[in-house]
Amino acid sequence: MKIIVAIKQVPVRDSNLRIDASGHWIDEDDLSYEINEPDAYALEEALQLKEKHGGEVVALLAGPERGSQTIREALAKGADRAIHIECDDLASLDTLGIANRLAAAIKDEKADLILTGLQSDDLGLGQTGVVLAELLGIPHATIIMQVEAASGSIKVKRELEDGWFQHVEMPLPALLTIQSGISKLRYATLMGIKKAKTKEVRRVSAGDLPQAAAATVTIERVYLPEKKKETQLIDGSPKEAAAKLVEKLKFEVRVI
Amino acid sequence: MSGILVVLEHRGGAYNRMSWEALAAGQQIASASGQPLSAAIVGNDLEALSGELASKKLDKGYRVEHALLKDYTADGYVLALEQLVKKLEPEFVVLPHTYQVRDFAPRLAARFGQVLLADLIGLRKDGDNFVFVRQLFQGKLNADYRHPGSRPCFLSVQAGAFRAESLEAGSASVESFAPQLDASSIRSKPDAPFREAAQTVDLGSAPIIVSVGRGIKEQDNLPMVEELAQALGGEIAASRPICDNGWLPMERQVGSSGQTVSPKLYLAIGISGAIQHLVGMKGSKTVVAINKDENAPIFEVADYGIVGDLFDIVPALTEAVKKAKGA
Ligand SMILES: Cc1cc2nc3c(=O)[nH]c(=O)nc-3n(C[C@H](O)[C@H](O)[C@H](O)COP(=O)(O)OP(=O)(O)OC[C@H]3O[C@@H](n4cnc5c(N)ncnc54)[C@H](O)[C@@H]3O)c2cc1C
Ligand SMILES: Nc1ncnc2c1ncn2[C@@H]1O[C@H](COP(=O)(O)O)[C@@H](O)[C@H]1O
Repeated sequence: MKIIVAIKQVPVRDSNLRIDASGHWIDEDDLSYEINEPDAYALEEALQLKEKHGGEVVALLAGPERGSQTIREALAKGADRAIHIECDDLASLDTLGIANRLAAAIKDEKADLILTGLQSDDLGLGQTGVVLAELLGIPHATIIMQVEAASGSIKVKRELEDGWFQHVEMPLPALLTIQSGISKLRYATLMGIKKAKTKEVRRVSAGDLPQAAAATVTIERVYLPEKKKETQLIDGSPKEAAAKLVEKLKFEVRVI
Repeated sequence: MSGILVVLEHRGGAYNRMSWEALAAGQQIASASGQPLSAAIVGNDLEALSGELASKKLDKGYRVEHALLKDYTADGYVLALEQLVKKLEPEFVVLPHTYQVRDFAPRLAARFGQVLLADLIGLRKDGDNFVFVRQLFQGKLNADYRHPGSRPCFLSVQAGAFRAESLEAGSASVESFAPQLDASSIRSKPDAPFREAAQTVDLGSAPIIVSVGRGIKEQDNLPMVEELAQALGGEIAASRPICDNGWLPMERQVGSSGQTVSPKLYLAIGISGAIQHLVGMKGSKTVVAINKDENAPIFEVADYGIVGDLFDIVPALTEAVKKAKGA
């Protein structure tokens, strides 16, 4: 089974985010980056499927040069090769623009299964995978918690709201968007890290891909949310703050 | 092209509450732009759901009905709604940001060369156009978006962002719309939804919940929080990453894919406050947040907050609670 996994590089969690001078995006200069969390689970699922059914896992990333770090980590964990669509203009694209590039770069790969994360931690659009499936003309399912592959088809477990689930069966090729927590993530081994250096990374220049139409939606301004709620902030040393909070819990909230 | 089309969601013969929030957003766009408002439900045999729809302030209701729409499939919904949108040519299509909408709406929008402006928390008229507000970085930042060009413009609205209570009543006619579908174009076969084995803890009725998030860093640090929960006589709960890691069982997860709770006291420790967590605990009577980041979105719903390192504050708090209880 040939599996492509779309991985996005996002600022590390708990980054100190600052808005850039234009007010259109964040200042990227001092940030560190890591793999988008659900994409790490998508990669893990791909590796497990390969271990069970054989085949190949190809990591796919669109982004600037710094993305090669995330690609290397995916290769070290066990992806067989990677495709890096090199571009610096991600922030100016909308989902169709990004999905168009991803689709163009993999259309000749004839993958059986394409996995993406269900949502990116930075933009949080939750739709690149679904749109990619549409562009490729293949069926999809979202928020997936389990994958069972048979020959020519797959059965997946979708997460619904409030603790409900549903099994769905569909023919291959198909695209799935993977939810965090689908399995336990592996670490790269020393051996894996060594091997990664010899694995193929196909670099595709965005300029060589067919150009998508101009973005239909644009970000006009990025800003800190205004506080709407009056939160009583309790200050002092940890001990003082704890004592004050206990007072409130006792006399105002009345739970002690 | 003109008009606003709201697509409502239902399950098991009842509307999803978020449907009415989407309709409220639709009414807001309709009154700001002076355009007619219509609403659609999709399924098979929707007669029974029509009555409630007809009692709302809208210009027209549509029952998109077909035997192949009995169970939800992305293919079925995309094909059916594509036909309705082509017939009505609305300027805006508004949907609730449910898991189901996440599953089909991006694909529907792509059929029209559009992207879904997803998970909106607000919108406002500005000149001839609208500004749409959505969150970035899991609620740490907001962004104003514009959709200046072609139509239709597809929007989905976040849970709780628009008030279902503000819906205006009225009376509308609801007509049937029969899309052309054939079985071969629906590629996926869904089974009936199910729940995992019965829950052994009922967080829904707990008066005090101490909830822990990724700020706790390691499983080995959990006992510190458990001790606080014990001192307060409360149940322990968690955000999703804690349960994903297997540090606490899934049944203790609070949020859109876990439990919905409304205790007297919800103490959020090292939880950032992403919307998928907030929807599960916003109904709590009192929320206390302990977080080192003063801009963490959790403070947006907290009545009391301590900004600081949980590793200093939690043990101090446990001590103070024990002391107050005379233990
Ligand atoms: C479809 C979908 C469904 C989801 N369902 C759920 C759900 O049901 N429930 C759920 O919770 N999430 C759910 N999520 C995930 C959600 O979006 C967030 O990713 C998650 O809630 C984040 O968990 P967290 O706040 O514990 O972690 P983080 O966002 O990583 O936040 C950790 C927080 O701890 C603080 N912190 C770190 N160190 C310290 C310290 N020493 N002292 C004090 N504070 C500290 C940080 O400032 C930060 O605010 C869902 C996501 C999707 C896309
Ligand atoms: N630039 C990118 N490169 C590779 N994959 C991406 C990129 N952007 C988005 N994706 C994939 O699409 C998923 C959903 O992203 P989003 O629609 O932005 O929430 C992510 O989890 C990734 O798997």
